[in-house]
Amino acid sequence: MLLDTYVNQIASGILTGLVYGLAALGLSVIFGVCKIVNFAHGEMMVIAMYLALVIFRWFGLDPLASIPLVAAVLFLFGYALQAGVINRLIDVPDHMQFLLLAAIAIMIVSGCLMIFGPDAQNVPLSYAYDSYEIGPILVDKVRVFAGGGAIVVAGILTAFFRWTRTGKAIRACADNLTGARVVGLNVQRLFALSFGLGTACIAAAGCILLMLVDVHPYLATEYTLLAFVVVIIGGLGSLTGALLGGVLIGVSEALAGLLIDPSLKSMFSFGLLILVLLFRPQGLLGKRVQ
Amino acid sequence: MTSTWLSDVPSRGRLLLAALLAVLLAAPFVVSSYVLSVLILVLYFAYLGQAWNIMMGFAGQLSLGHALYFGLGAYTAAALYAKFGVTPWAGMAAGAIVSAIVGAFIGALGFRFRIGGVYFALLTIAFAEFTRILFDHIDWVGGTAGFFLPVSNRDSNDLWNLRGDPTMFYYVWLAGAGGVLALCRMLLSSRLGYYWLAIREDEVAAQALGIDTFRYKIAAVMLSAALTACGGVVYAFYYNTLFPEPIFSVARSIDMLLGAVTGGVGTLMGPIVGAFILTPLGEGLTIALEPFQEVLRLDGIKQVFYGLCVVLIVVFQRHGVWPYLARKLGLRQLTGART
Repeated sequence: MLLDTYVNQIASGILTGLVYGLAALGLSVIFGVCKIVNFAHGEMMVIAMYLALVIFRWFGLDPLASIPLVAAVLFLFGYALQAGVINRLIDVPDHMQFLLLAAIAIMIVSGCLMIFGPDAQNVPLSYAYDSYEIGPILVDKVRVFAGGGAIVVAGILTAFFRWTRTGKAIRACADNLTGARVVGLNVQRLFALSFGLGTACIAAAGCILLMLVDVHPYLATEYTLLAFVVVIIGGLGSLTGALLGGVLIGVSEALAGLLIDPSLKSMFSFGLLILVLLFRPQGLLGKRVQ
Repeated sequence: MTSTWLSDVPSRGRLLLAALLAVLLAAPFVVSSYVLSVLILVLYFAYLGQAWNIMMGFAGQLSLGHALYFGLGAYTAAALYAKFGVTPWAGMAAGAIVSAIVGAFIGALGFRFRIGGVYFALLTIAFAEFTRILFDHIDWVGGTAGFFLPVSNRDSNDLWNLRGDPTMFYYVWLAGAGGVLALCRMLLSSRLGYYWLAIREDEVAAQALGIDTFRYKIAAVMLSAALTACGGVVYAFYYNTLFPEPIFSVARSIDMLLGAVTGGVGTLMGPIVGAFILTPLGEGLTIALEPFQEVLRLDGIKQVFYGLCVVLIVVFQRHGVWPYLARKLGLRQLTGART
């Protein structure tokens, strides 16, 4: 009986973790290619969550079904941000870039606060309380959908990077910027494209996450930090690492919620972040840079 | 004394500084209580921006977790006062020491393990957030329910226990902001200050010249943390309520650096100029938009505006407003060692 509880928690932790991983994947793409640390990552996810919420309220569309639309909107947002603002700041010191994105983050949180108010809002799904029984394991239907959705989106992204010409060009930029310039790639456009892909990725994660948690503006900071925790644990710039880090955090949060006070679970993640920063700053799967 | 550390400031600069000081000293006798509360906010941002600037602007170490030191100072002094009746000034010393030690610890970890740039900034956030959640669970100081200082009736000002009306707090903040400006001015023309600038500009070169960069970076963190903690103490006694969420939040860390970034990172007058630009504009905007309160919640408008200011500064005037303003006024020297 007791063992079942643990197994159930771990299963739901893995599924939630996949969504965290997808969120972190976007951060990883943006960092890996543009070398921009997106301090407004969770904030962009909250925008996506509110978009999915509005779409659900107006058209009754399931958050999963609204992914393509929301991702397209956020893609344009990310593309415009990189093409319009960040591309002009290539020679600016790093800390100024962080500050820029931190400032954009503040604007998004406060903007959402002004439009949607501080209260937590959710999407009442008809299948919210359904669950699947697999042997002794009992998993929520929404979590299965969430984890599955995350895997599908991550799969599409990986396929794009591996098999399309544009995907290869973006990887070339990430591997060797000078080389990419030499062979005549339009680096600025590819940067904008990558930033857009990163934000589209976080948009998909936001839509999926809306099925699991209530959205409110202050969720943003928490998820920015969570995405950082995940990618740093998995290794910045590594796609598999991001998913692995997500699952690791998802499971450890689930277990921390079971073993100790649930409200302490994010303290656990930050503790993990501090340890990884100190002892393996390149992450579990990341390559050592310097 | 004055002649040594103001000697290289042009007379016009000295005159302007004296005029600003005179206006600020006289302000409480003239302005309404609302304007006074805005001025308190201005001085609060000027003070904290200056403290943050020591670490980032002088020594080149980006902290995005200064709320940690602010909160440690606030909680230490508040707990000592409320539980044991210790005067806030002794509490301030205790809070400053606690924060300096914590700062030294975080700095030592970061610098020893060679965590640079964004990773160091993340480390500071991680410690601040860790502490925020930790304080949510410390019932001795109220946990999530908050910690409240006993409010006595304010017939007379009691500076020794920091109990009094806004005018008293105004002068406390003014003394703090002025004091930390003078301190920074002296530091910048000291050996330590030059070491910091060398580290900021090129750490490897500084090391090659024989500067113990680790030691001086730690010194910057400790001083910056201690001063921030002192600000936290005055904040705690001004507002009388402490909640872990707003005190230790990332948003507060960002707030602290807004003034310095707008005014000019690494400049002496930058944090002050930035605070004087941002706070009144933010307040003015809130008042100007009051008619639209029905359609929009105005709680966030100031933050949106501050965010926009930083975006504009980073894109168009990356060294901040003050270097530009100083050039216009012919006051190059006050900008500190940035040339």
